[in-house]
Amino acid sequence: MFSPLILITAILNGLLTGAVYALVALGLTLIYGVLHIINFAHGALLSMALFGAFFAFRLLGLDPYLAALFLAPALFAFGYALQRFIIGPASHGDDRNILLVTLGVSVVIENVLLYAFRADTRTIDVPYAFQTLDLGFTFLPIPRVIGFGAVLAVAVALWALMTWTDLGKAIRAVAKEKLGAELVGIDVSHVYAVTFGLGTACVAIAACLLIPTYYVNPTVGEAFVLIAFTIVVLGGMGSVPGALIGGLLIGVVESLSGLFLGESLGQIGIFLIFIVVLLVRPTGLFGVKA
Amino acid sequence: MPRYVSNFTRRKFLTGTALNAATLVVPSVLKAQGAGVKLGILHPVSGALSYSGTQGRLGAALAVEEINTDGGIKGLGKIDAILGDALSTPEGGTAEVEKMNSAGVTCIIGGYASAICLAVSQAAARYELPYVVDVGVADAIVTRGLKNTFRFGPGFGTISKTALDNLVTINDAAGRPAKTVMIVHEDSLFGSGLAKLLNAQLPQHGFEILETIPHPTPTRDFNNVVLKMKAQNPDLVIPADYYNEYVLLARTMQQQRVRPKGIYSVLGGAASSYKFVKEFPDAAKYIMDCNHWFDPRNPKALALKKKVEDRGQFYTYEVYMNYSSVLLVADALSRAGAADRGKLTAALESSTFSGHVMPYGPTKFVNGQNQGAAPVNTQVLDNDIKVVLPANFAQAKPVFPMPG
Repeated sequence: MFSPLILITAILNGLLTGAVYALVALGLTLIYGVLHIINFAHGALLSMALFGAFFAFRLLGLDPYLAALFLAPALFAFGYALQRFIIGPASHGDDRNILLVTLGVSVVIENVLLYAFRADTRTIDVPYAFQTLDLGFTFLPIPRVIGFGAVLAVAVALWALMTWTDLGKAIRAVAKEKLGAELVGIDVSHVYAVTFGLGTACVAIAACLLIPTYYVNPTVGEAFVLIAFTIVVLGGMGSVPGALIGGLLIGVVESLSGLFLGESLGQIGIFLIFIVVLLVRPTGLFGVKA
Repeated sequence: MPRYVSNFTRRKFLTGTALNAATLVVPSVLKAQGAGVKLGILHPVSGALSYSGTQGRLGAALAVEEINTDGGIKGLGKIDAILGDALSTPEGGTAEVEKMNSAGVTCIIGGYASAICLAVSQAAARYELPYVVDVGVADAIVTRGLKNTFRFGPGFGTISKTALDNLVTINDAAGRPAKTVMIVHEDSLFGSGLAKLLNAQLPQHGFEILETIPHPTPTRDFNNVVLKMKAQNPDLVIPADYYNEYVLLARTMQQQRVRPKGIYSVLGGAASSYKFVKEFPDAAKYIMDCNHWFDPRNPKALALKKKVEDRGQFYTYEVYMNYSSVLLVADALSRAGAADRGKLTAALESSTFSGHVMPYGPTKFVNGQNQGAAPVNTQVLDNDIKVVLPANFAQAKPVFPMPG
């Protein structure tokens, strides 16, 4: 049996890891939860954003946290264009087509990255990468603590955007009733593209928070996507608080099951919780019935 | 009537047929002139093992380039390298064997991971296609009686024995400061096999194994593993991981200020990597590894190192093991005198090739295993990787326990 201090440390580690999962899932909950686009390209977009943050540091000397200010708008524009000019037109409004198109986009992005940068794993070395917050009984890595704060800030901003702004209302309207939204004058294609762009911008911020302590290679994003899909369903489709709480919960469950069952079986806990939630509350923790 | 039908005349049909026939004949003519040898170069260049696979492909490509620049294989012509991607899975490797066999390769070189090598060797055996394993260390690769399979490098048995003998030597020389051990290993064939061997043999040498922690590849976070280390405070940590996970583990240990008396890797994915030492000199300092390594006294090995570094790449073990494997096959082919699978297998069986860059001596295969193949012990010293054992190849003395 582990001592309480180890358990507390494992929970703290889980919360810090879960925050990054939550941010990746926030992007997905907008795209998948609100617009019902199963975005298989989400992981590839994360890999792309990680390369963006990597090269911003290596070539321009931009600190990853500073780079987020430029990378998030850039990825927003990329996501907007991707949905507006490729995914939207190519899918002809059919969900099955969307699935295949995003899968295709994912393959293209990953292979372009592979061609351009090889399979090489790259890391950056920022001065604060190994700095820790001393809690007396454990050390918390500073970059991950910063990441945790940033994820909370992004989640609050997204929640405010979805709740109080006209854009948020338009997104929710399109999600609920596309035809109705179109009839009252909402430009549905534009809203789709903006939402996709917002989801991609979240991925850009997640990349900037990850890169100080993680690595980048053309397929690195894949490791986060299955978890992100799980979080979206667990938290409730389209729910910003759901994605945040779900992400943190998954992080803690993964950490504790890793501690007790071993790292190889660490993900069992996640999927057990997932199955239980689907059985007991199929709409997810914060989801509402259609 | 559609237009394209009315445009299709008898003359056009005959011209087209003649051209097609000519195209089909050309390869046969080239073949008749002895236009070279097709070699399958198979690595996992995408997926979780893609970095190692790409490095392996680089080593093979450099050897092919060198041989072809010198006019190719004596009497047979230039090498035509058929590249394959095993996708980091055994199934991916098997699929490539089928393609390479259809393409008419004389031999396959590569595989990298044990699980891929096992699948590839079996698939290649169906076609009596010679297969030279570049790295894969699982003993089962060469103990199933497959006549087509040859491993140039050492297997688990030799590596773990050498690693244990050298660990005992180093520990004894330092007054036996290390008594307890924690093993952290990736959970596929490579890591699990090694952990099993270490679990069986370490206690016989007086070490107590506190815990053996498996983890998947990829693993996103090592904080829990390091937490367990902190709780149990082992004298020695033995990681057996692929590169990315090794780097994450070492970084997390540094972050959590876990400093055991020694980090002794066995086939550590990063501890024998110049890339790791360059990028994380503090995390890499004093780490020891029992791993594949080039012969530091061999001018050819050093020239290859320079060539690889001039290309902006790191000189990793995948590079020089694949480079040597291609040279080995080229030597066997020139002795076989024909791009014939059976003759090549016989030539490999009787190989005494010594023109490689490894500290192995002349090649001698017994049941497909090169008997001279052995790992060496390295340690990260002065921001460089130095051979510390065996004594006849050593560049420095081991520093153990790690200075605080």
